[in-house]
Amino acid sequence: MAPEEICQILKSKFGEAIVAADVGGGHPCAQVASERWLDIALFLREDSRMRFNLLRSITALDLLADEKLACVYDLMRVSTERPTELITETCEFAVRIETDRSAPSIPSVASVWATADWHEREAFDLMGIDFPGHPELRRILCPDDWVGHPLRKDYEFPLEYHGIPATTEFELTNPRH
Amino acid sequence: MADTVLESKPDVLIDHDRREQGDLCTEEMLINMGPQHPSTHGVLRIVLRTDGEMVLDAVPHIGYLHRCAEKIGESLPPYQFIPYTDRMDYLAGMNNNQAFAIAVERLCGIEVPQRAQAMRVIFAELNRIASHLVALGTYGLDMGAFTPFLYCFREREMLLDLFEAACGARLTYSYLIVGGVHDDLPTGWIERCLEFLDYFEAKITDYNNLLSFNHIFVKRTSRVGVISVDEALAYGLTGPCLRASGLRWDLRKTLPYDGYETYDFEVPIGEPGGSGDIPRGVIVGDCWSRYYVRVLEMTQSMRIVRQALDRLPDGEIVAPKLKNLKLPDDECYVEIENPRGQLGFYIRGDGSAIPARVKARGPSFCNLSITRLICRNLLLADVPAIIGSFDVVMGEVDR
Repeated sequence: MAPEEICQILKSKFGEAIVAADVGGGHPCAQVASERWLDIALFLREDSRMRFNLLRSITALDLLADEKLACVYDLMRVSTERPTELITETCEFAVRIETDRSAPSIPSVASVWATADWHEREAFDLMGIDFPGHPELRRILCPDDWVGHPLRKDYEFPLEYHGIPATTEFELTNPRH
Repeated sequence: MADTVLESKPDVLIDHDRREQGDLCTEEMLINMGPQHPSTHGVLRIVLRTDGEMVLDAVPHIGYLHRCAEKIGESLPPYQFIPYTDRMDYLAGMNNNQAFAIAVERLCGIEVPQRAQAMRVIFAELNRIASHLVALGTYGLDMGAFTPFLYCFREREMLLDLFEAACGARLTYSYLIVGGVHDDLPTGWIERCLEFLDYFEAKITDYNNLLSFNHIFVKRTSRVGVISVDEALAYGLTGPCLRASGLRWDLRKTLPYDGYETYDFEVPIGEPGGSGDIPRGVIVGDCWSRYYVRVLEMTQSMRIVRQALDRLPDGEIVAPKLKNLKLPDDECYVEIENPRGQLGFYIRGDGSAIPARVKARGPSFCNLSITRLICRNLLLADVPAIIGSFDVVMGEVDR
């Protein structure tokens, strides 16, 4: 199914909640409102025309200039009707959700795709986005007592951790190689 | 005798609720397995809640190797980030280079020359064999079989020699670069490679006789950690772990890259016990299936390499005009079939030479996340069997 069609179906079903659609480029994507995300996610997985049963990745973005954070959910359809036959058809689609940078929060979809559990924890850990509804939202890659969210553009590198001195190149707190 | 015991087992993955059958109830205990443990394949800590020898819950804790490679990706131009991709999945450096290079090429619209594409396929498939050899060998180690490990590493050594001859490195290659490959094949390399393929063909039978069909090994790994297709997809499992559950799904077939659509190969999946040479007692989606899919994939990889060597075209090995490459103000997400599953890179450019965001979706990260679901109500000795069957590389889980 073409990405334009997917956007059309989503628009007719969710109306205003589909904020924007970018289907021309190499990364077809619909921007949706954070409030309706859980319903849209369920629809994307369950509807017979959609069937996006594989959540491949959640990418958290820092849009410092717009004072926003965003998450990009990359979805894929994996047909399981005739599993032992070689599957040659698939469909890719992405959903983008923007949230306020001062209080970033996006509903959790861990109940829709179980893989979102770890990916949301990663986005929480590295970008500091809250996911209400997540079963166990805690840091995953950084230690539990780590301060700050490393992937934010204004992140300052710590110069000390538990008495271990950490020097960055040229003693800069925001190094650029 | 032993076969009848296997047969008489009910058709479930573990004999849980042993307590109902009169087993003694002991006190629950929390045990740390790892971060340093031979069967965790790196620094992985799993907190086990145990009752005697039964594991009731297993919670993996990761991040010990975290280097925030994505942050580094935001401060370097793409060609300088290639060496960092080697160090994510250090057993499949070529495949990681390839994934990142293809992502940048799609974003910038770079066309890769035919010869470079064929060379990439050759090295990606040889690296797949090398990576699967480590998976086979170390899985044998986890199950207490030491000898197959030495055999696997003997053959892997020959592959590493081939890589070294082509690019000078044995593990961290940085050989497949944005736009192609960075050096042409040295003289006599193709003959050496064909010689290796002829030698290696017979070795797979050896591995099967030594390990795959070894009765103890089969009993330790069959019917353990069974994952259904739906569970696998829900948790984002891909690669051999998904195919072992019985789904014929391979990105090289569904969304071909680097000309994979022109090669003739099959996609092996997990088959039920009793069909063909599969030992009786094996269930689709158990640890043994995950192991054996890798063995079958090695044969297919050899087929692909032979075809690619056979029709390796002459010509350029890297696309022209790549100096001062500027990334357009656009984004792309590309996945390729890594030995462990689908390795994806999300890249966002902002018009400058340095990406605004680089995100790596590691297959091991997703494959490991199902641990808690299936490491439940089973014996302690089954935990290494399950973790080992995922073939995780912690460098890529933690990035």
